[in-house]
Amino acid sequence: MATQLDDPRIIEFDVRTDEMLVNMGPQHPSTHGVLRLVLRTDGEIVSEVEPHIGYLHRCAEKIGENLTPRQWIPYTDRMDYLAGMNMNLGWALAVEKLVDHELSEKAKHLRVILAEMGRIASHLVGMGAYGLDLGTFSPFLYAFREREKILDLFEEACGARLTYSYLTPGGATADLPNGWLQKCEAFLEQFEPIIQEYHALLTTNAIFVKRTASIGVMSPEMAVDFGCTGPVLRGSGVDYDLRRDGEERYTEMYDGYAFEVIVQKDGHYPRDHDYPAVPKEAVLGDCWHRFYVRMLEVVQAIDIVRQAIDRYSTASGDYGVPIKLTQKLPKGEAYLETESPRGQMGFYLISHGDSIPWRVRARSSSFCNLSVTSDLCRGCLIADVPAIVGSLDLVMGEIDR
Amino acid sequence: MSPTVADFFHNSFRLPESLAYLTAAVIHCVLIILVVAVGALLFIWLERKVSGRIQDRLGPTRVGGAFGWLQTLADGIKLIAKEDITPKDADWLLFKLAPYIGFAASYCAYIALPFADGWAARHMNTAVFFILAVLGIEVFSPILAGYASGSKWSLFGAIREAAQVVSYEVPLGMCVVVPVFLCGTMNLVTIGNMQAGLFTNWLVFNDPFTFVIAVVYFTCATASVNRAPFDLAEAESELVAGFHTEYSGLRWSFFFMAEYGSMFLVSGLAAILFFGGWHGPIPIGEILGDFLAYVVTPLVGIVAWLLSFVFKNVHTADHVAVAGHIANSLGCLNFLLKGLIGVTVMMWVRWTLPRLRIDQVMTTCLKYCVPIAAICFLGALGWRVADWTTGADIPLVGIHYGKGGRGMVRESWVEQTQSAKVAENDVPDAPITDPNASDGPTGSVEQSPDELLTMKGGDQ
Repeated sequence: MATQLDDPRIIEFDVRTDEMLVNMGPQHPSTHGVLRLVLRTDGEIVSEVEPHIGYLHRCAEKIGENLTPRQWIPYTDRMDYLAGMNMNLGWALAVEKLVDHELSEKAKHLRVILAEMGRIASHLVGMGAYGLDLGTFSPFLYAFREREKILDLFEEACGARLTYSYLTPGGATADLPNGWLQKCEAFLEQFEPIIQEYHALLTTNAIFVKRTASIGVMSPEMAVDFGCTGPVLRGSGVDYDLRRDGEERYTEMYDGYAFEVIVQKDGHYPRDHDYPAVPKEAVLGDCWHRFYVRMLEVVQAIDIVRQAIDRYSTASGDYGVPIKLTQKLPKGEAYLETESPRGQMGFYLISHGDSIPWRVRARSSSFCNLSVTSDLCRGCLIADVPAIVGSLDLVMGEIDR
Repeated sequence: MSPTVADFFHNSFRLPESLAYLTAAVIHCVLIILVVAVGALLFIWLERKVSGRIQDRLGPTRVGGAFGWLQTLADGIKLIAKEDITPKDADWLLFKLAPYIGFAASYCAYIALPFADGWAARHMNTAVFFILAVLGIEVFSPILAGYASGSKWSLFGAIREAAQVVSYEVPLGMCVVVPVFLCGTMNLVTIGNMQAGLFTNWLVFNDPFTFVIAVVYFTCATASVNRAPFDLAEAESELVAGFHTEYSGLRWSFFFMAEYGSMFLVSGLAAILFFGGWHGPIPIGEILGDFLAYVVTPLVGIVAWLLSFVFKNVHTADHVAVAGHIANSLGCLNFLLKGLIGVTVMMWVRWTLPRLRIDQVMTTCLKYCVPIAAICFLGALGWRVADWTTGADIPLVGIHYGKGGRGMVRESWVEQTQSAKVAENDVPDAPITDPNASDGPTGSVEQSPDELLTMKGGDQ
């Protein structure tokens, strides 16, 4: 049975039954929160998918227009609740851009450590939840087992396990506690071999490959057209990563770090000699590639954290002093995008010279990534819908804000 | 006629025959329900434990003390206490009926399943056929549940279940037919007894084809009882909960009792058809049997003699029967262990593998399982014919010990023909076409005592 059709209306031999309209979500186990997909199905074949959002809307942006930048930090945590550190970082950098605050070396490396650890934690959830979408439970718990250790580290650093509010405009709320770096290194040491376990359970698993390879293929052009970013974009083979191609204020954090953008070039991923080869069935831009990019980014993040730990322990300066709670913002506007685990996360604020910004907006990566679902899911089977939506690794908190 | 429970009541308590049979039937039913219900409780607990250990968790630890062995019971109490909801759009009669159909089908099939040599609620010459037929009825339960729920997701689950189970019945039947024709009987007791001896006598090691068939059987059995990776009818990530989305409380739990019941049933069937049934890998039973015959039986004889004051009709021959029952209970443990291993493998697979997609499930069945089963069916048949015509006993592994085994299986056809002739001559009333009736090869006077011992089927 063809699962991907150019024209979904032409089903094999044009045998069709009555079309049925079904709601997948908002209370559905595989929609990662409260996404609602309206499927028009013809038997098992999905002819149309329409995502409906807004079930998790909390007016976060409007609240931001009534709070000072530092007060709004906790709200950024709750946008992408799986990568709170990265969201803190994005907002902090945008505010710093507006007030033109320069950071010490040490603060920059501190931020790199935490942002990349946050990326590992987020990708672990993405990986585990993707396993759930495909009907395997164990990888989820294997992923959470390791994520717990990252959360322990975060808890030690800032006292919270999910909503950190740690990186603030001006630096961080506190320095890392004594011995934290050693613990972090020990964790990385212990964690790195475990990635092979994930590859054995998912990446190279025959059923997993069958379920993901050649499913939801997105061409590079399409990915760019829809504004997809992050692993979704790189999974389609577009060489674009804001840590390298972003704004000066963001990329200078990563100056001097040895890292490669994880993207397939000439049929090879960087560092893929250590890791399973791309299966024959996989096509660039399919669910398998999006998943694999995430897996390799975890490895890469480990590498970056190790470098950052070395640099942090020798860097000059302090961890950065947060700007005052009621500091007046200069008149003007600032927009800055960072590479969050899910892609391009932009924060925009306009100030009229008050301590409270006049406008606050966020550009969410998951929102753009979600927009491709209708096109990717057209003509696939019902079982492919969770596979495709899961491979986009959506967080509804970030989409609805 | 072998002594049955009914006979026991009839002879020992002087009950009228009808009442004796009724009592026996009630006892059998209660035993089976106990076995299956306790089994389901155990398996649900085991599933939680196994999944916990696979996932680096502990699983239940609190309820009932160590190992949380009362967890299922606590769950059961919770389920009984839950509100029983019937959706507004549901077809209430079918909705309420559906769980019980699956439950009843799953339990009924146990009637024909022997737990040890002759330990079946009902001796059936067509036990294999009966079990497959009754298991086939179980599919009605998800279909009706899905149809009657008035929910689209349930309907999807029901349709998937219908398509899947109907397809998998075909290779499953093909796989089951192989041991049936190798042994020349559908009587599970006889099939099990033919595999006595060293584990090389098991049908799975009979020839390369049966080995493959055993693997295919297990795959198809997993699919036909709706276990992962074939659990599409209740695919959580796609269909919410599939056919039982709208069920709650006790009704919901009936689906699960049926599922776990069927799991053990197909595993037990595999154990009998391919893995020697109640015979251990090394015939300790036989060695022990000799031991029992010479050492324990006299002791049992004394007990029986004492018992004879209570039950007036105990004959001396019953001493041997009692010893046989003791040996049988060891065999029963063997069988339960094999079934348990099968169930554990199913759990292991479930917690390791992702779920297949519906078209892949159908592909697995129609493009792989059916052809492989068909080829192996022909292969096993060819192997048998070659064996039979040349008369050469070509052992696969080379070691044979004990009274059953390939030689035994090979000769079964000849034996049957002979004993059928004998039966024809000597006992006109005995069934002619199927000598392996529940009362064994009747009047086979020419057979050596050795053969009698192995051919005695379900009778003590």
